[in-house]
Amino acid sequence: MTKQTDVVAAPAPADVVAAVHKQLGERVTVDDGGALVVGPSNLIDVVRALRDDHGLDYLANLTAVDWLDRFEVVYHLCSSAGGAPIVLKTTTDRANPRVPSLFGIYPGADFQEREVYDMFGIRFAGHPNLKRILMWEGFAGWPLRKDWREAYFEQEHKPLTSRWPDGQFFFGEDKLTDWGSNTKLPPAYTGAEIGRPKPQEGQYVVDIDALRRGTSFGSDRLVVNMGPQHPSTHGVFQMRLVLDGETVVDLEPVMGYMHRNHEKIGERNLWLGNMPFTDRLDYIAQLGSEWGYALCVERMMGLEVPERAEYIRVIMAELNRIQSHFWSIGFLLNDLGAFFTPSLYAIEEREIVLDLFEMATGSRLMCNYMRFGGVAYDLPDAFMPLVNVLVNERMERAIDEIDAYLTNNEIVMERMKGVGVLTPELAIAYSTSGPVLRGSGVAYDVRRADPYGIYDRFDWNVVTANEGDVYARYAVRIGEMRESLKILRQALPQMPAGEILGGKKAWQVRVPAGEHYARVENPRGELGYYCVSDGKANPYRYHVRSPCFVNLTSLAEMCKGYKVADVVAILGSIDIVLGEVDR
Amino acid sequence: MADDPTPVLAPSPASAPTRFVTPTIDPDVLESWTSYVQRFENDEAFIQGQIEQSVMVTTFDRLIKMVDGVYNWGRRSSIWPLQFGLACCAIEMISTAASRFDIDRFGAGLFRPSPRQADLMIVSGTVTKKMVPQIVRLWNQMPEPRYCLSMGACATGGGPFKEGYNVVSGIDQFIPVDIYVPGCPPTPQALLHGLIALQRKIDGQSIKNVSWYGRDPLPEVPVPVLGPDLVDLRQLPDIQARAAELGALSPEELAAMQAGAGGAAAGTEGGISAVMAERLAIWRERVASKG
Ligand code: SF4
Repeated sequence: MTKQTDVVAAPAPADVVAAVHKQLGERVTVDDGGALVVGPSNLIDVVRALRDDHGLDYLANLTAVDWLDRFEVVYHLCSSAGGAPIVLKTTTDRANPRVPSLFGIYPGADFQEREVYDMFGIRFAGHPNLKRILMWEGFAGWPLRKDWREAYFEQEHKPLTSRWPDGQFFFGEDKLTDWGSNTKLPPAYTGAEIGRPKPQEGQYVVDIDALRRGTSFGSDRLVVNMGPQHPSTHGVFQMRLVLDGETVVDLEPVMGYMHRNHEKIGERNLWLGNMPFTDRLDYIAQLGSEWGYALCVERMMGLEVPERAEYIRVIMAELNRIQSHFWSIGFLLNDLGAFFTPSLYAIEEREIVLDLFEMATGSRLMCNYMRFGGVAYDLPDAFMPLVNVLVNERMERAIDEIDAYLTNNEIVMERMKGVGVLTPELAIAYSTSGPVLRGSGVAYDVRRADPYGIYDRFDWNVVTANEGDVYARYAVRIGEMRESLKILRQALPQMPAGEILGGKKAWQVRVPAGEHYARVENPRGELGYYCVSDGKANPYRYHVRSPCFVNLTSLAEMCKGYKVADVVAILGSIDIVLGEVDR
Repeated sequence: MADDPTPVLAPSPASAPTRFVTPTIDPDVLESWTSYVQRFENDEAFIQGQIEQSVMVTTFDRLIKMVDGVYNWGRRSSIWPLQFGLACCAIEMISTAASRFDIDRFGAGLFRPSPRQADLMIVSGTVTKKMVPQIVRLWNQMPEPRYCLSMGACATGGGPFKEGYNVVSGIDQFIPVDIYVPGCPPTPQALLHGLIALQRKIDGQSIKNVSWYGRDPLPEVPVPVLGPDLVDLRQLPDIQARAAELGALSPEELAAMQAGAGGAAAGTEGGISAVMAERLAIWRERVASKG
């Protein structure tokens, strides 16, 4: 069953870079920021060497930056044994952007490359299914290119001079667009294609001919669309299933129904202005999301966080983790068919945690609590007694209750054991993280692997389970709630008095030019922020590596061969939050 | 008098016949009886008075009001929302449905996964361009009486993400909204307040003039199309007119398209169909008359 493991520290990224440089000679160069730079033609060889000879078996993040004269594709690679990621970059020209796909080396690059293609129009040669992922096929434009402008475009950066300092206000639809709505059609667009059948390319996931061929039993295969309006998809998420009878032959997740342009808006915002938006990424683990962004900018600015603020952050993040796991276990059971009753019990404690959040931050969900260098407000006096009662008495009981009713429940075991199995090798290759990765027996937790905050001061374990099935993920979540409780029990009495925000309060910060990829362990896995600053008041590039989005890459692999009803359970065990998947 | 079996409606004459004697009808009585009957044919005030005396004291309007009372009470107390969450606001919607806030107290706890069974669509979250065709389709599938509650800043006007390229500035651009609940996200209390406001709205409705008992059914909302950007079919004539101005379409082509005759198979391909054009006209009128 679940076991608790310690992670061994891996070599520092600088050593890896030096070693790689030595081995591969002039095929790679090292830039000022310590990143490896490689030409697109050498990319595959270099990445293969990095994976096979240097133990960098985990592709943490993949994104691109538009430098107006060239595109830079950025990879963050690390080892599943732990350690900070190393940065690998390759550039391609803007006229005909083309980079070899890493799909063959890291299958986890699948969706991330598609996202880069969708947002920048960079083609990944060798990608088996390169089509838009967040926007729809046929959308005009590559939204994250710096010279692409949305319909409501007013100015490159905020604060907008029309609103500030005089405070004039108008509605975008009145002033900025042709059609009085947020649309931007090419001038000569006639709408002639409307009503005609859509072009087939990119429309079907599956090989239609293969469908017609059927199976050995002569039964027809069937394509079933689940979602985007479906009670079990946890929001607006679609799955296209190819079924043979009731068995899943193939599956493709279709997303983007909640793509809210987080990154484009983030690049127009001021640095601090992005903080409230991070809440809306993973809205069940809002404070963890904030922490990741704060961490990234703090490291870029070289800010120190006062002791008390560090403790407050740990307390908030761990409370958040517990309530988030409660939520996901409740809704996993919902998906298994125990309609709403387990959820009602599971979110009972969650309401108390939300009350505490409201007390400390002013809001139940959208807390907007972290600041660069600390937190926004100190904890109110009434907070500590309540949180002590919650942590020392109520939580434990609530976890025990869930544990007692579900863990050895025959139906639960029957539905979850042996379903959706992901082997450790595949889990790493698909870049999964969080309970999905640990449920496959890989003891990888960013809090231990690449420590941040003050997690090294507490005594806690990384929870893993070896089976790699839905049940293992469930068990990891139960174990993690107990570990979080352990951390809370240590952190609460230790909390010192003092400052909560280093430096002085400022609504506008200057971040020195440079870039950083910071990651935190959110309840759903490794949440990373990749920010590039050009020294101005706004981020030049702002990218979110979303754990749910990347975890979904492995969904098809997990579901093949199981039944339709199992797909629902498997999706529930990945525990996606659409705000973060689609961003 | 009391035992008199004669069916005499008029006041009886002074000389009443003795018991068990076959009565002879007095010509005066006959006269008054005939005039009495004739009054039923001519004198409305008399009829009204008679009816009020002997049948049931009500008017048509009062009757409708009584029916409305029962009918609206039934509807307001069992609003079935569509189980349909879009974004962060949906989390608060679920919290509202859970035991602490318990939306079931207001009879709205039965979330239906199918639009065919739902009365209320709670648009709980950001409406994106990619999702809006599906939302409109769901709305079209909901039978009347149906209501739309726009929950949160996003559904109301785009909210924090308004400027985004994939975000629709509020669901009311496509669907008529009954109740707006402000907040980002609205607290469960706010959602409950919105629900109570909706119940009040339902209380104010009358079967006399509700659209679902009218002669013409409401037209469907044209489902927007995902082209190079979101294409609102109601704007299509304008879009084509602009293209014509820019020379991308010849005036004849434009006329053909707008008449629904463009393309190989008229009515379905190329341009908008005649049916759609009609729907658009009705829709426009409705929007214009609403002010
Ligand atoms: S209004 Fe706020 S909470 Fe609601 S969906 Fe929009 S961003 Fe999320």
